[in-house]
Amino acid sequence: MSSESTGAVPTASPVPAESSRSAANPATASALDARRPRRAIGLGFFLSELAALFRRKRTWAMLAALAAVPILIAVAIRVTDGGDGRGPAFLDRITQNGLFVAMTALVVAIPLFLPLTVGVVAGDSIAGEANAGTLRYLLVSPVGRIRLLVVKFAAAAVFCLAATVTVSLAGILIGVALFPVGPVTLLSGDQVSVGESLLRSLLIAAYVTVGLLGLSAIGLFISTLTDAPVGAMAATVVISIVAQVLGQLSQTEWLHPWLFSYHWLDFADLLRQPVDWSSFGSNALLQLAYVAVFGALAYGRFTTKDVLS
Amino acid sequence: MTDAAEAGTAVRPGDRVTDAAGADAAGAEPAILTRGLTKRFGRSTVVNGVDLTVPRGSVFGFLGPNGSGKTTTIRMLLGLAGATAGDIRVLGHEMPARAATVLPGVGALIEGPGFYPYLSGAANLRRLDAADGFAPHATRAARVDRALERVGLGHAAGKKMRAYSLGMKQRLGIANALLAPRELIVLDEPTNGLDPQGTREVRSLIRSLASEGTTVFVSSHLLSEIEQMCDHVAVMRAGRLVAQGSLDELRSAGQARVRLEVVTADAAAAEAVLARLTAGAPRIESVPGIESAPGSTGGEWMLGAALPDGLPPETIVSELVAAGVRVRGFAVERASLEELFVELTGEGFDVVQ
Repeated sequence: MSSESTGAVPTASPVPAESSRSAANPATASALDARRPRRAIGLGFFLSELAALFRRKRTWAMLAALAAVPILIAVAIRVTDGGDGRGPAFLDRITQNGLFVAMTALVVAIPLFLPLTVGVVAGDSIAGEANAGTLRYLLVSPVGRIRLLVVKFAAAAVFCLAATVTVSLAGILIGVALFPVGPVTLLSGDQVSVGESLLRSLLIAAYVTVGLLGLSAIGLFISTLTDAPVGAMAATVVISIVAQVLGQLSQTEWLHPWLFSYHWLDFADLLRQPVDWSSFGSNALLQLAYVAVFGALAYGRFTTKDVLS
Repeated sequence: MTDAAEAGTAVRPGDRVTDAAGADAAGAEPAILTRGLTKRFGRSTVVNGVDLTVPRGSVFGFLGPNGSGKTTTIRMLLGLAGATAGDIRVLGHEMPARAATVLPGVGALIEGPGFYPYLSGAANLRRLDAADGFAPHATRAARVDRALERVGLGHAAGKKMRAYSLGMKQRLGIANALLAPRELIVLDEPTNGLDPQGTREVRSLIRSLASEGTTVFVSSHLLSEIEQMCDHVAVMRAGRLVAQGSLDELRSAGQARVRLEVVTADAAAAEAVLARLTAGAPRIESVPGIESAPGSTGGEWMLGAALPDGLPPETIVSELVAAGVRVRGFAVERASLEELFVELTGEGFDVVQ
């Protein structure tokens, strides 16, 4: 150990090895070490965030659970041969046209399953990084706090899309497999082709995705408040349930149009000919307001937060 | 418990030593400069008026027991936590206002490694590099490989993090600090969890970084480690900076302090004499290990005191004898660096040689 005690005097072996390596290839070394003059907007980091999100088993488990919703519905109806007509919207139409499985499944998944998975992803966004000890390294890298928030929200939005598309796609596939498929009769009475109805399914998935953005922003904000991801996830899910309960009470009717869940099930307008875009527009506007408010809160909280995790 | 800083320690935060060290680096602004840096959490003051000066190109040891405010200071230096009061300049720019200018030039290992268990070592580094908005995408893979090679993890690049040992995670944390060329590398307890071989490798890595001109700021609670790696050192105790300077300056400051020890059975009488001569309360310990001399009553005591300047030690012996103290042992010794640090940081300080 005495040879180690000389302080700043370098020992023989490691230093020359290192310097000879960089000296042997100075061009490569300096090319490697060049820095960007300005910060990248974050597309690369966004892709890396998506890769991290979709490399997690948890993400795939949640998507699998969502895909199970239409499959369970379709199998149950096939086995019992339709039932007595009670149940969620579109349920009675499935036996005539398998394309309705996707819509029925969305109606079933919207109140609980979708908010649950979105709550997990959004609630985990910052708190999960803090809990894993990676938040401090991201910030020191330096990621920039606003850039991190934007990328996290964008990744949560991509997950919302993935979740609704998963439900729709699984519903369409199982519907085609178990039931007859043909031209779809819309709520307005018009008939559209199978291709057109698939397009409408995509439109509905987009509608539901937009509807979940407000909840994602709430989850992101809650996630900046704590270092415990489970707490942030649970709080986000609870808020989505509370909003829906308030939406059911007639005593709080004045509040209903302001709840982020107000338009969640209003995608029936997209099943008319011509398409009635008014509910799509008011849904988007409402969600935009939630994103603005909770995005601002998350910004205010996170940019001044002491990161001690 | 005597407060070491008040007991007459030669080097204090306010001393010129600090500024002399800062001016050494050919007029360049210090790599780290803090003035009055303070952090309060509620009522407790975790960092209290710290004036840190880290010269460019130095290997700077940041020493202090656990909980003395080292990591909180580092978090403030890197813009993770806001200071309650005081100024911070890192690499010549104000922090945290100029974080986007400063941080690309800074690599850091803060309070242990933090990684995603479900990603491989290389994927973890690529992700953190992607987070760095100033790191070019084109050279990412090559830079990740180079950093992994440098810490000896080339063979484990594709392994999932959850299969990594504690030492491997620590190395990966250091590799992350080396992803890009850095002017300053901050390593918080870099040898935690490493075996002796790993510790040795980290030491030589730090030296090789220093030889390339990188400023390395290493925190540790182990004096031996700092002594072996660093040329400058600062000592924290309970949120305050109690000493700062080059290792040689601290060493000579320690050497200048001369202590005397008296072993006797007549503790009370000896205490009175020492208190009168050295103008301070002597430290008294019973010495259970030493057998009593024939005819003595009771146990033996060891009294320690600082020797005042200009007082010959033999005067103290003759005064003790004149006062009827049975002197069984008398020693004059210069304090080692270790003793100096123990006094600076108080009791319970984990000093391992």
